[in-house]
Amino acid sequence: MSQVVDPTTVDDADAVVDLSVLDEARTRLATDDAVLRLSATEAEERSGYQPPTDEGLGERMIMNMGPQHPSTHGVLRLVLELDGEEITRSRPVVGYLHTGMEKTAEQLTYLQGPTNVTRMDYAAPLFNELVFSMATEQLLGVEVPERAQWIRTLMCEVNRISSHMLFMATNGMDLGAVGMMLYGWREREELLRFLEQVTGLRMNHNYIRPGGVAADLPDGWEDELDRVLSVLPERLEEFDTLMTGQPIWRDRLQGVGVITAEEAISLGATGPILRSTGYAWDLRRDLPYLCYDQLDFDVIVGTHGDSFDRYSIRLAEIRESIRIVRQCMDKMPPGDYRIQDKKVTPPPRARIDESMEALIHHFKIFTEGFKVPEGEVYVAVENPRGELGCYLVSDGSSHPVRMHIRAPSFVNLQTLPHLMQGSLIADTVAIVSSVDPIMGDVDR
Amino acid sequence: MSEVDTTDTPAEASEPRVELRHGVPVTESHGQEVLHPARGEYVGLVERLRSEGYWVAVDLCGVDHLTNPGRRGLPAGVEPERFEVVVNLLDHRNRRRTRIRLQVPEDDAVVPSLFEVHPGLEASERETHDLLGIVFSGHPDLSRILLPDDWVGHPLRKDESVGRIPVQFKDPTASGGARP
Repeated sequence: MSQVVDPTTVDDADAVVDLSVLDEARTRLATDDAVLRLSATEAEERSGYQPPTDEGLGERMIMNMGPQHPSTHGVLRLVLELDGEEITRSRPVVGYLHTGMEKTAEQLTYLQGPTNVTRMDYAAPLFNELVFSMATEQLLGVEVPERAQWIRTLMCEVNRISSHMLFMATNGMDLGAVGMMLYGWREREELLRFLEQVTGLRMNHNYIRPGGVAADLPDGWEDELDRVLSVLPERLEEFDTLMTGQPIWRDRLQGVGVITAEEAISLGATGPILRSTGYAWDLRRDLPYLCYDQLDFDVIVGTHGDSFDRYSIRLAEIRESIRIVRQCMDKMPPGDYRIQDKKVTPPPRARIDESMEALIHHFKIFTEGFKVPEGEVYVAVENPRGELGCYLVSDGSSHPVRMHIRAPSFVNLQTLPHLMQGSLIADTVAIVSSVDPIMGDVDR
Repeated sequence: MSEVDTTDTPAEASEPRVELRHGVPVTESHGQEVLHPARGEYVGLVERLRSEGYWVAVDLCGVDHLTNPGRRGLPAGVEPERFEVVVNLLDHRNRRRTRIRLQVPEDDAVVPSLFEVHPGLEASERETHDLLGIVFSGHPDLSRILLPDDWVGHPLRKDESVGRIPVQFKDPTASGGARP
């Protein structure tokens, strides 16, 4: 089912994307008339029966699905144009969760930034903190200590597992495997408990900060993590028994919502959507950051680009992440968990009682924040949903001029109309679920 | 470049000689390549880069530099304007990135759309239009995406207030509704 293909080896027939094929895909996307070009208001006003048009279009129905719908993963609204049971055109309508977080980021100091971005992709909050912190550090020109890098890698992989567990739970429930909801949630809870032990919070951790991480790993973290990791493989076997091999499950997903590598590339889709087409692109391997160049793991790809491949990729990625976490545990070096730069890192609590200087530094960092040299930078990491980027512009003050997050869910949503065209209305839920959008990430 | 003597340029100004790559001025920002095309060269440049391997337009966003006048690391010959459109491109095969920073003047905030070149930028261009009010000419559907259709204003502009708007939980008829 899954195979590893390297896009850089040009001889590899399956994985090669040629410019002419790419051009073809672009033309196809432009002409397939999959996107329903109606504004949110028009879609509301025109919903219902559509009489046949003079151009030969038959009777249609425009239906608004969501934003209040259990399987739209929050507040996604889909405007569907239907010909009987079949979807002809569609469009996702987003923005219901927009809270202007990019604007908020301009009011916060760099130290406060992670508290803001962590609330974007709430299923994978550590990645948001990571990408923001990495961008800030690059502007500052500081290098984070080795142990901090390894802690970040470890925590992000734990977070990736928990995020994929959330997908397993919701994907199962969306397709009627209601039991899966409980199992996915149960496993996720185990991982969140570990995250809580380390960061103090189950979500929105504010753990990865510019300069390192907020606290060192607590005593006994290895035992707890080892316990969690040793129960997971057998639970994953249960997932396989419950879903992967089941004919009903396969019928619901195989061949549903198919996309090609060229289309995915043209639409900017990343993560499991791109990899489901057989195209191996994973920033952890291809443009390594943190400690990924010192870790041994496989990039999982599918073959058909359908919903089933997207499901099985995520399942296999959980296993890969377990491998990575195990390696991180073995290789975890001693040392500092944050840089010892008084201008960036708050002094340890104990120092404040003894040193006036420390108190001043503490006070200045938490009131004014630290100043970041003028410049602009784009940093990207591989989040469970694809490329998560942060474009950060500084004017030399303690607040960013602009903080833009390239949200993978936001970009991936553009594939929906193309995935859904010609499919049955019953497959809508399977397709949306397989794209796995997190609306907090989409709307920001 | 002509051999203009540099006596009248300020001492802190960077070297006036401009390095060109792909026919447009190029600078480096923290080890990342940044291209600075003029508006007329913009679409052609992206199309050419695409044919050279930058297949993926990862991201497009806008920046409002109203409160941040100055050179901002721009090369000589590129005049800073209030708005900037920033496009991040990715080359899978050579595993490299490049970035385009396009200066957009305030009084004529119109940029040709990249939809024909990279259909995947459709949502990002809509977002930039929605939040910053930059118009992308040739875009198939430049409606608002994150804000409601009847919203007035573009919140990411620096002259737009942060807007601590009263939340309408209790009395929706109270003054200062949800619209600025």
